[in-house]
Amino acid sequence: MNPEELHQLAEQHAHARTQIPHRIRVCAGSSCMGLHSDQLVNAIQRELKQQGLEKTCPVSGVGCMGLCSAGPLVAIDPDGILYQHVSEADVSAIVASVGNEPLEQLRCPTDIPFFTRQKRVVLEHCGQIDPERIEDALAVGGYTALLTALTEMTPAEVITHVMRSGLRGRGGAGYPTGLKWTTVAKARNPRKFVVCNGDEGDPGAFMDRGVMEGDPHRVIEAMAIAGYAVGASEGYFFVRGEYTTSVKRLRKAIMQAERNGLLGANIFGTPFSFTLEVRLGAGAFVSGEETALIASIEGRRGTPTPRPPYPAEQGLWGCPTLINNVATLASIPPIINHGSEWYASMGTANSKGTHVFALTGKVVNTGLIEVPLGTTLREVIFEIGGGIPNGHSFKAVQMGGPSGGCIPAEHLDTPLGYEALQRIGAMMGSGGILVLDDTSSMVEVARFFMEFCMTESCGKCVPCRVGTVQMHHLLTRISTGTATAHDLALLESLCDLVQHTSLCGLGRSAPNPVLSTLRYFRNEYEASLTSTPSNELIPLTARPPAPPTQGPNGKGA
Amino acid sequence: MPSSVRVKTLRIDDLDVAGDEQQTIFDVAVEHAIPIPTLCHLDGLGAVGACRMCLVEVTSANQTRLQPACATPIEEGMQIVTNSPRLQEYRRMILELLFAEGNHVCAVCVSNGHCELQGLAQSLGMTHVRFPYHYPQRSVDASHRRFVVDHNRCILCTRCVRVCAEIEGAHTWDVMGASSQTQVITDLNQPWAEAETCTGCGKCIHVCPTGALFEKGYSVAEMHKRRQFLPYLRAMREREP
Repeated sequence: MNPEELHQLAEQHAHARTQIPHRIRVCAGSSCMGLHSDQLVNAIQRELKQQGLEKTCPVSGVGCMGLCSAGPLVAIDPDGILYQHVSEADVSAIVASVGNEPLEQLRCPTDIPFFTRQKRVVLEHCGQIDPERIEDALAVGGYTALLTALTEMTPAEVITHVMRSGLRGRGGAGYPTGLKWTTVAKARNPRKFVVCNGDEGDPGAFMDRGVMEGDPHRVIEAMAIAGYAVGASEGYFFVRGEYTTSVKRLRKAIMQAERNGLLGANIFGTPFSFTLEVRLGAGAFVSGEETALIASIEGRRGTPTPRPPYPAEQGLWGCPTLINNVATLASIPPIINHGSEWYASMGTANSKGTHVFALTGKVVNTGLIEVPLGTTLREVIFEIGGGIPNGHSFKAVQMGGPSGGCIPAEHLDTPLGYEALQRIGAMMGSGGILVLDDTSSMVEVARFFMEFCMTESCGKCVPCRVGTVQMHHLLTRISTGTATAHDLALLESLCDLVQHTSLCGLGRSAPNPVLSTLRYFRNEYEASLTSTPSNELIPLTARPPAPPTQGPNGKGA
Repeated sequence: MPSSVRVKTLRIDDLDVAGDEQQTIFDVAVEHAIPIPTLCHLDGLGAVGACRMCLVEVTSANQTRLQPACATPIEEGMQIVTNSPRLQEYRRMILELLFAEGNHVCAVCVSNGHCELQGLAQSLGMTHVRFPYHYPQRSVDASHRRFVVDHNRCILCTRCVRVCAEIEGAHTWDVMGASSQTQVITDLNQPWAEAETCTGCGKCIHVCPTGALFEKGYSVAEMHKRRQFLPYLRAMREREP
């Protein structure tokens, strides 16, 4: 494909979109799919056919629209009507209402802060376009950033652009993306790789999944731009195997891009060639750690290796390798399109741009959101999130998954940013925001995350493999009221050991949930201590007895 | 020989030393008779940095970090502390964790008195274990004609895995599972006797730091391990064109 063809195609598809009077979008993100939104698409399709509307009002499944708590969501374009909790029973009424009076009883207001307070950059087209059609992506300007980069910029200019934008790694560590690109670009090796890390595994995190499912072409375009900038002609998507929809859509998108000459040899008639492949994670959380990820792509057991050497110097098969998170890469095309100053104008002094968060837990509106960095947690939870449901009060917010920490109410006005969160003992992580209300036990929260780290430890280094088992045991004892002050002291010294001596980030950050809950909710730990140590033996890897669950009819399950 | 090797100078425990850039902190320390405890590392095998016994405090570019001496290449101007009270405490705790994890009963072990885990506990002053023992259910595989693997005594240093793959070239040993379920296996977790790739060379027996791998016919405290062959084999291999 040459540049003229791209413009022509884009115009043609954009024009085709304007020719259709109405469009129905059905959210086909994982959360809505879980509520059978795929069947909803088929039902609407059937209904449209029956009413003879399939030409004037096409229906398509789109990526995550954001407000998962109101799913399945259905939108009618161009009227801007959004319906919530749609079931198959509503289909005929919805189809009949197209172009007429909207159905008020199903309507989801779109002027609520959840929608108006967001700034969608990464998710700009997510939920708007059909992720399985490259035509839709082209119609909204897909691959124009790649065209600009390849035809108007040198690799060094692309990197300078990314550097000036102030973009930092969205995987959690917040390493400056431009700097990472430079390191790989400067490495002297004829063979280099670009890897997209889509091994998202934190409990309560689904940002990368939203992007990969909703706008796969955006990530593919960014991978090619990254390849051009650092001098790599091969790329890998490393996606966790559980993300079947992401894998399916990525594979389809890669095939479409190849067919249109947007991947492969001599893209846009330039000497630049780039190929992409999808590799699946085999179920280990630790494979998201970059050295373990490399081992996994190479076909070895996914365990971390000591750094240095960093992957930027010696990565895949010993070649310099650029590894970026999905959301980091998805931020690149807008930076090229709108300029680095535009991107840097959002955010705080050290944390620029926007960040995608997965808002979950005890909050009214749950789902996928994107806000400029510098937004306070209070705004995110009480305005966008709509506050705490069922008359309960806010207790804490857990950020950063098993590597992160809990933030109490007194720090709700902290602006979201890498350093700001680190100062209060949490971390940005990949972007999971888990809201806890007054019914949550903080010891139990720490124990939950420790159990996760314990089972996900790869077993290579001693502090992580054994230390997490011991810490989990101590937390279980504390939460069951059988621990003494001595146990608490032992827990703290174990936290210190595991944090400082573990091999990789998983182990080093495993104590964070404990340390941060100890920092702000020490009283909860101390309140459950006993002065008389019990002789009862708790098996080391046991869970505490589960609280009695309520069956659907109010009786015990 | 072309002098392409760059020499780097650094400081280890108040001693100014120099080494070539290919060397690790551990290599340079050994050359200068500075003791650093190790467990998974063995001269002649690739480094994995798994046991964390050889962690040292490395100050470089105004940042102090704990790095495994066995797997960290030297850098110009590094300041290294090998034996601070903090490091000693960490090493003792790691040993405690190891003793709590497996079923280490020295009194009935073939390696009693010649065991590296036991030796480190003694030399580093680990007098008791503060953590509850896991008492895991682990198996013993005595199917092989000459050798036995007792998983109760295995500390997962992966020396056997490395010597088998790197020196013998058989790659009979590997690691299976994760977290507390991790264990070393022969071939695809078959009984050792049925592992077709095993050449029966016995190198794994002699690199094993504990009594997890031993030869049949030895009783308590009788299993002496000889690993003089390793640096020799490695040196001969590197000399090949």
